[in-house]
Amino acid sequence: MMPLLDVRSLTKTYGGRIGCADVSFRLYPGEVLGIVGESGSGKSTLLNCLAGHLLPDAGRVIFDTRAEGPRDVLEMSEPERRMLGRTDWAFVHQNPRDGLRMRISAGGNVGERLMAVGARHYGEIRAQATDWLGRVEIGETRIDDRPSAFSGGMQQRLQIARNLVTGPRLVFMDEPTGGLDVSVQARLLDLIRGLVRRMGLSAIVVTHDLAVVRLLADRLMVMKDGQVIETGLTDQVLDDPQAPYTQLLVSSVLQV
Amino acid sequence: MSDTDYNFAYLDEQTKRMIRRAILKGVAVPGYQVPFASREMPMPYGWGTGGVQVTAACLTPADRLKVIDQGADDTTNAVSIRKFFEKTAGVAVTERTAEATIIQTRHRIPEVPLTEDQILVYQVPIPEPLRFLEPSEVETRKMHALEDYGLMHVKLYEDISRHGEIATAYAYPVKVEGRYVMDPSPIPKFDNPKLESAALQLFGAGREQRIYAVPPHTRVVSLDFDDYPFDPSKAPHACALCGALDSYLDEVITDDAGGRMFVCSDTDFCASRRGEAA
Repeated sequence: MMPLLDVRSLTKTYGGRIGCADVSFRLYPGEVLGIVGESGSGKSTLLNCLAGHLLPDAGRVIFDTRAEGPRDVLEMSEPERRMLGRTDWAFVHQNPRDGLRMRISAGGNVGERLMAVGARHYGEIRAQATDWLGRVEIGETRIDDRPSAFSGGMQQRLQIARNLVTGPRLVFMDEPTGGLDVSVQARLLDLIRGLVRRMGLSAIVVTHDLAVVRLLADRLMVMKDGQVIETGLTDQVLDDPQAPYTQLLVSSVLQV
Repeated sequence: MSDTDYNFAYLDEQTKRMIRRAILKGVAVPGYQVPFASREMPMPYGWGTGGVQVTAACLTPADRLKVIDQGADDTTNAVSIRKFFEKTAGVAVTERTAEATIIQTRHRIPEVPLTEDQILVYQVPIPEPLRFLEPSEVETRKMHALEDYGLMHVKLYEDISRHGEIATAYAYPVKVEGRYVMDPSPIPKFDNPKLESAALQLFGAGREQRIYAVPPHTRVVSLDFDDYPFDPSKAPHACALCGALDSYLDEVITDDAGGRMFVCSDTDFCASRRGEAA
């Protein structure tokens, strides 16, 4: 099977400091990869390099495009990368304010990606927006409300709807449940898990919350100081951690 | 030259040359905003400093100038700019649209169709159509460069969802020659179809230091949705003075008891119709 995303020796330094060093992995269609590690371990740097928000210093990111097969994302032109960013890719920010337009209605937020790829029929755009709000459990009556009138959990669900409306194949998530209380977190995780399974999405989830990856991820990558120190199936890594740091990470989780 | 204290048309020749270069580039790339080194003019920003500089760069001693403000030849802004060029360039002036070779305008396009021998100069307050959607100039330039115009339709979407129709009534965004999205300056959307004209149209924004152009016979399409097509609406009345049904109307309040009348905003159009009728 052809990997959807093939990352080879990706390196990013900030001057003399290492962001992430020599990271390689493959992501297959329908697979969810979790990246865990403490703050400053290079998770977000890695994710931003993959999504094209940061330019890495070395390495290749090869994506299996719909039209032309495997292509190195870093060698694409800016318009091509932007097009990819609003069709086949999606990026869910930790803070919904970074991913939403706060002064535009919920319907407009969901419709933006459709209009960016050429949808020009108001009725159809609105119908799709309504459909997607329903799928993320936001009432149809809220379609003309601005995200600033939404709760944190609703904003995060709206951000997910806005990202998935064009039917992407690869979703990048940066701490999707950060800043939410536990009951809202549980519902959001349920929702994400359902959507990922139903749409057959591939996803890369960056988080410091081991419970999130336990629920969502098939495979796990543990990072420390910009290096990948352990990889494997999620249950295998969490139940039988090999690296000393991973053992520390797993044993640091508070029990209720 | 009427007044030897000034160079012809106020600006020095080097400056006019610089502005002409910007105009030529604007004509070559229709709808693209060309930066230029806007000069201080002897009038405040917002009074047409951009338009005046473009007009100064285009004027020749043989030209006949017309200046309108909201369609009228006799408002403060129009009168003062007309006098300015009478004094500094000594050119002939007129109020008749058909007789003018250069027309400087604020917020209107004359009702009488323009010809290939005429230049229409617009005064532009904010040239960037994406400005109120995306505050960063770096980002808007990138969006123009990459033809990334989805956001413009988001604005129209918001209009429909809030008002039931596209409520943008002036400065209605257009796409020029299938490439650049352009702000046609705050003309009423009634005038948008007239942007496809035989005349050369130049846009000058003094404070924002931008010049752009629509060459003659260029395709100019007003943005819309398939199920909410562009509608160049106007007040559903006839002109109270000349009876015209097809011109853009101003509403004039006549007393404190709710009395009002609708008259042509283009004063020359209205006057010449009444002259013919009499």
